[in-house]
Amino acid sequence: MSKANLLDRRQVVSALLANRKDVVAIGGLGASTNDITAAGDHARNFYLWGGMGGAAMIGLGLALAQPELPVLVITGDGEMLMGMGSLATIGLQKPSNLSIVVLDNEAYGETGGQTSHTSAAADLVGVARACGIADSRSISTMAEVGAFAKAVHDLSAGPRFANVKIDSASVERILPSRDGTHIVNRIRGDLGFQPI
Amino acid sequence: MHARADAADTAPNWPDDIFATLQRFDVRQVPYVPDAGHSKLIQRVLGSSMMRGIPLTTEEEGVALLAGAWTGGQRGVLLMQSSGVGNCINMLSLIPILRFPFLALVTMRGEWGEFNPWQVPMGSTTQGVLELSGVKVLRASNAAEVPAVLEAAAAQAYNALTPTAVLLSQRLIGAKVFTR
Repeated sequence: MSKANLLDRRQVVSALLANRKDVVAIGGLGASTNDITAAGDHARNFYLWGGMGGAAMIGLGLALAQPELPVLVITGDGEMLMGMGSLATIGLQKPSNLSIVVLDNEAYGETGGQTSHTSAAADLVGVARACGIADSRSISTMAEVGAFAKAVHDLSAGPRFANVKIDSASVERILPSRDGTHIVNRIRGDLGFQPI
Repeated sequence: MHARADAADTAPNWPDDIFATLQRFDVRQVPYVPDAGHSKLIQRVLGSSMMRGIPLTTEEEGVALLAGAWTGGQRGVLLMQSSGVGNCINMLSLIPILRFPFLALVTMRGEWGEFNPWQVPMGSTTQGVLELSGVKVLRASNAAEVPAVLEAAAAQAYNALTPTAVLLSQRLIGAKVFTR
């Protein structure tokens, strides 16, 4: 399964979040949510354990509500494929503070490694661009990851989309909290909102 | 050409009542999949400086969007037709898990003088699907009861975090008329 020159998912996510400052990070269902946990638990991490296909839309709702904050969605190719229409919705709204990164291992890694549509046909960068997300990049080097991580903090130039081809090797499971209410209220508290 | 029996020619006032209630409850994000029955309310939302109308490609996007909006401190409402409720089912699981305020306004098809048989199956199961998914259902069947139903729905959704859908009945909206 492993191909040459593919990036390591944990290194990619660590680089994206290394200098995160005020970023709110959303991890899509599957290994992506573990990856943002491995980079370090944080009050502004939104861990998804369900709602497949919803990560980008949670990002949109947050980005529209908090236009002065960088919002970064980190998800997998299978999760993004299920919510592909949301790229059209985001392309229409054009929230300048929203960034989406797809960790593309061309497989459904959590369910046995079945190949996904990106392995042979689907081009998510092409989809994102065709949906109106002008800054849509295909990333294959850590230098490009670093440049994207910087761009996430530019609140005037989004939305932006990146597809990162990663190694499909399994990595250690590092699990975040499964208590969704806790996760949401922790972010809300960090943003200064009181409980109802 | 498609037209509603009444809505197209004599613009009803009940969408203005809905808009006023949403405004009073400080609703800011309004994701929607268009429906003829929602057309006047959507116009009001798109013309508002306080609310943001957000067209969706499928209704489940709106459930996830409202979760993100609430995490970022804003309330929202999801507008859709009864067929869209079926598209939402798995995403509705976010509501009890994340515990965010959920209000949906659902224009009904497949009931009260329906012409199109294809609308009937989902229209018949809309209320059951919502209730099985943990969403309380209120219904408005005539224009006079819209303000009170909306007030109750918004109050319990936003104040008590009780997931709520209001079914705007086909009797209220007017059955869709198909003409050549």
